[in-house]
Amino acid sequence: MGKVGEVAILGVGMHQWGKWGRNFVDYGVVAARAALADAGVDWKDVGFVSGASTMRCGYPGYVSGSTFAKALGFTGCQVASSYAACASGTTALAVARAQILAGVCEVALVVGADTTPKGFLAPNAGDRPDDPDWLRFRLLGATNPVYFALHARRRMDLYGATTQDFANVKVKNARHAVHNPYARFTKEYTMADVENSPTVSDPLRLLEICATSDGGAAIVVSSMEWAKAHGHTNPVRVAGISLATPTFPDTVLDLPYMASDSAAVTPEPDDEFKVSIAKIAYEEAGVGPDDLSLAEVYDLSSALELDWYEHIGIAKKGEAELLLRAGETSIGGRIPVNPSGGLGAFGEAVPAQAIAQVCEMTWQLRGEAGARQVAGANVALSINQGLFGHGSSVIVKR
Amino acid sequence: MAKTRVPAVEGLFTMDAANPRLLGGKAPNGSYSFPKNLGGTDPYSPLGDTEEVELSNRGRIWSYTNSCYPPPPPFVSRHDPFVPVTIAAVELDVEKMVVLGQVVDGVTVDDLKVGMEVELVLDTLYEDDDHEYIVWKWRPLAAGK
Repeated sequence: MGKVGEVAILGVGMHQWGKWGRNFVDYGVVAARAALADAGVDWKDVGFVSGASTMRCGYPGYVSGSTFAKALGFTGCQVASSYAACASGTTALAVARAQILAGVCEVALVVGADTTPKGFLAPNAGDRPDDPDWLRFRLLGATNPVYFALHARRRMDLYGATTQDFANVKVKNARHAVHNPYARFTKEYTMADVENSPTVSDPLRLLEICATSDGGAAIVVSSMEWAKAHGHTNPVRVAGISLATPTFPDTVLDLPYMASDSAAVTPEPDDEFKVSIAKIAYEEAGVGPDDLSLAEVYDLSSALELDWYEHIGIAKKGEAELLLRAGETSIGGRIPVNPSGGLGAFGEAVPAQAIAQVCEMTWQLRGEAGARQVAGANVALSINQGLFGHGSSVIVKR
Repeated sequence: MAKTRVPAVEGLFTMDAANPRLLGGKAPNGSYSFPKNLGGTDPYSPLGDTEEVELSNRGRIWSYTNSCYPPPPPFVSRHDPFVPVTIAAVELDVEKMVVLGQVVDGVTVDDLKVGMEVELVLDTLYEDDDHEYIVWKWRPLAAGK
């Protein structure tokens, strides 16, 4: 594939994460207006709106692009709505990038927002035995934390990870989040707080599993030419986007399936799925793990953050804990991970989360991240995986 | 009066209590899937009918955990008050795939280890006044009968 065209990030904006219970559109509009103001772009000059959709807020959530456009005031601009579970935000950004690079528009607005119910995410109602998501709840009681915990247990068994390591991820990210005005949880949690919280799915405890939140995030992107012509001389650029699917056979059991693929006949690919997600983004951006100043990874659980260290190539397989214990992934370390505080501090607002990761990377690369600033940041990677095999990763540069 | 035993979902496993099997798929090239039509499709297989086959009834634990809080519907708890459900992901040797299942009642995460050998059994998922709804579960071989 090799390098692809870049687009400029002119502005980013967020609504604070929380459990506000308001209409998701409100959060999206707050974030969109903040991103437009940050970009110095008039809404009426936006040629394309790319919505990241939510499945929990009825029809307006499915057609998020037009919902946000109407709330901002219809201008006749073009629109698309994307749903890809946790990867929705990156998908929406990828659609905007494609429209810009195809010459369809000069300036695009990417928006995602959600209002979430309390407790476990659950499948749609009704008897649906043809739906793997329904089957795993019905027959197994396999909630999302069950899958996170299966991977945590593997780390303990294969690599000697300890429950203290997992707790330390939470403590590290909480220290980062203290300085983030958009995070939902800004308490500086201690080891004791984590260890005293109840077990949800052994070995993971309540404070190590990401909650579900309300929130909204938005990005204004444009062609490099438009950015230059409008005074953005050195913008943060989107240098790579990955929307990878797994390659058969994917033998790592994952959400929401009851079984992995079978490697009985067809040999396993060289790279497991989550490695291939990052690899595509690296190839597009023409950089590698050693070039990263920081990373925003999808810590649905504390233990999953450690898996990502290896998948994005900043640690060798089985050595993520060494990086963590040495403090290298804390702000001030060699490769800070989740300087925003991560999902542990935000709680997931599904369609907004991957966009929020890009907001954080943009602030970091501009040197505008305040007390959580990573010194000299110039390349950053975000990564996540949506349900049913939607990989997603973004690399930004300055 | 004994309750009628019915599968919690049709077509995923046999109801032979003495020798229960999961019902998977086998592609023309021999790649397996579970469930037959919802598991992974091997794109490297020639097109053709996926055959229904019985999967291995023994395997080794790939990983394990539990649900300490009651899962949301459509899960129906067998016990009131709720008792944590133990869950194991089990690697089948022949099929070279990992299959999830609950672990039989009474076995907790403290009893399990990665690599432990388990076998497939039928057990009650939940019941109502007239029926026992049956599902497959994993049972450590060491636990015996």
